[in-house]
Amino acid sequence: MTSEWEVVVVGAGPAGLTAALVAAQGGLQVLLLDAQPGPGGQIWRGAAAGQKGAAGDLLREVASHPAITVLSGAEVVAAEAGGRTHLLSVTSAAGLRHLHAERIILATGATERFLPFDGWTLPGVVGAGGLQAMHKGGLDVRGRRVVVAGSGPLLLAVAAGLRRAGARVLAVAEQASLPDVAAFGMAAARLPGKSREALALATGLLGVPYWADCAVVSAGGQDQLQSVTLRRGRREITLDCDWLAVGFGLVPETRVAALLGCPLDGAGAVQVSAWGATGVPGVYAAGEVCGIGGVDGALLEGFVAGCAASGQMERLRDAPRRAALQRRFQRVLERSFALRPDRLPTPSPTTVVCRCEDVRHGQLQPFTDWTAAKLQTRCGMGACQGRVCGPACETVYGWRFGGVRAPLAPLPLAHLLEDPSTLGPP
Amino acid sequence: MPELTLDGLRVTARPGTTVLAALQNAGLSPLRRSLSGEPRGALCGMGTCSECRAVVDGVTVRTCLTPVRNGQDVRRLLEVNRDF
Repeated sequence: MTSEWEVVVVGAGPAGLTAALVAAQGGLQVLLLDAQPGPGGQIWRGAAAGQKGAAGDLLREVASHPAITVLSGAEVVAAEAGGRTHLLSVTSAAGLRHLHAERIILATGATERFLPFDGWTLPGVVGAGGLQAMHKGGLDVRGRRVVVAGSGPLLLAVAAGLRRAGARVLAVAEQASLPDVAAFGMAAARLPGKSREALALATGLLGVPYWADCAVVSAGGQDQLQSVTLRRGRREITLDCDWLAVGFGLVPETRVAALLGCPLDGAGAVQVSAWGATGVPGVYAAGEVCGIGGVDGALLEGFVAGCAASGQMERLRDAPRRAALQRRFQRVLERSFALRPDRLPTPSPTTVVCRCEDVRHGQLQPFTDWTAAKLQTRCGMGACQGRVCGPACETVYGWRFGGVRAPLAPLPLAHLLEDPSTLGPP
Repeated sequence: MPELTLDGLRVTARPGTTVLAALQNAGLSPLRRSLSGEPRGALCGMGTCSECRAVVDGVTVRTCLTPVRNGQDVRRLLEVNRDF
């Protein structure tokens, strides 16, 4: 009896689910682990196995495949690449456990980029994808007044979803220009199946004002958000609202990859070959950890990495053509929603940048790099370990966040004091 | 339907919802005070920001990653910090 997994897939979103299923179809024993209480990732959060559509089908197939073990509520806190096998340390309610894996497929997805402005720390100011996640987690938004702001196509999906759930979406404020947004729409419409999706989105948003060239100025309220001020051209508009859902694009979640030593590209995503192989032998990556491109790209990359990791190269004949199409889409996405300094919120000296440690813009301005700022101010040293202020500082000051180290997630001291057990295949 | 206690308030929540959603639906959106005393609430909803921490049955957890269960005792850090 071996204690090694043939494949461990980290992340149970569309990319990870596909990769796990495909690798299992190739005859490998697969462990699929994820931090959320159930599989689906952010985009398919709360989807049920067997419900109609791609998500339900995939969830059902993964749940019923005899060679796949699903471990939910488990986070990788440490990772070490080895010659033949790799080691992952995973925390969950069951304690700290070691996993030995011959191959790892990273499908860790992305997180939202937040930018600091006055009032962004008020309860009620949340991520755009964050409010969507909260709603899928059971938050009742019926009749609530919501403003969606920031950048990227996620804003539209969030607005439409919240509206369907009964929220009053007062406006969608996008920092990109209207021609850039239109260029993105045209590129998306050229992808198979996307024009119907876009039409459904547009129908769901009928009557909701969409403001391009629009900057978030500040959020107001005492102990709770009460209003948001936006700037359109030279005019400032203040809207009373219950929720401000704000996000400035997505950032690949590369921490596990960094611990394994996977090289990143200039945009901070994991570098992969056409077959999803990272720079570390036996480690593959798929989905938004390799660059932000949406669910279709994630599904394709999950398929490719699953095939490559299990040696099913004959199934990959059509993949390069489909990948080229996705990459073109991804480039238009990046270009269309590139952040423009003049349309981004401007922090004041007293604006909090690091929420965990209450470090303010005025304290950070004198520094020229992340390490110096961190040493002198504790910026990035709190509970989130720079997950929120890291990408913010990258945009506001141009610092590249570094210094990823274990443990990647907060874990009870008791878990560290116990002897970790090894979780092997059944 | 699971029944739980939020800062002493008894509520019921739909199965499959998060403790975070139960708190927010009960109007308990500020969850903690920052180091300088500012009220803070959940930000990311997916386990990244750690702003939704609360004490559930004596253990500090991220409430967005914690499903509701019958009999849970949830205390916001706002309330817990008052004990000291």
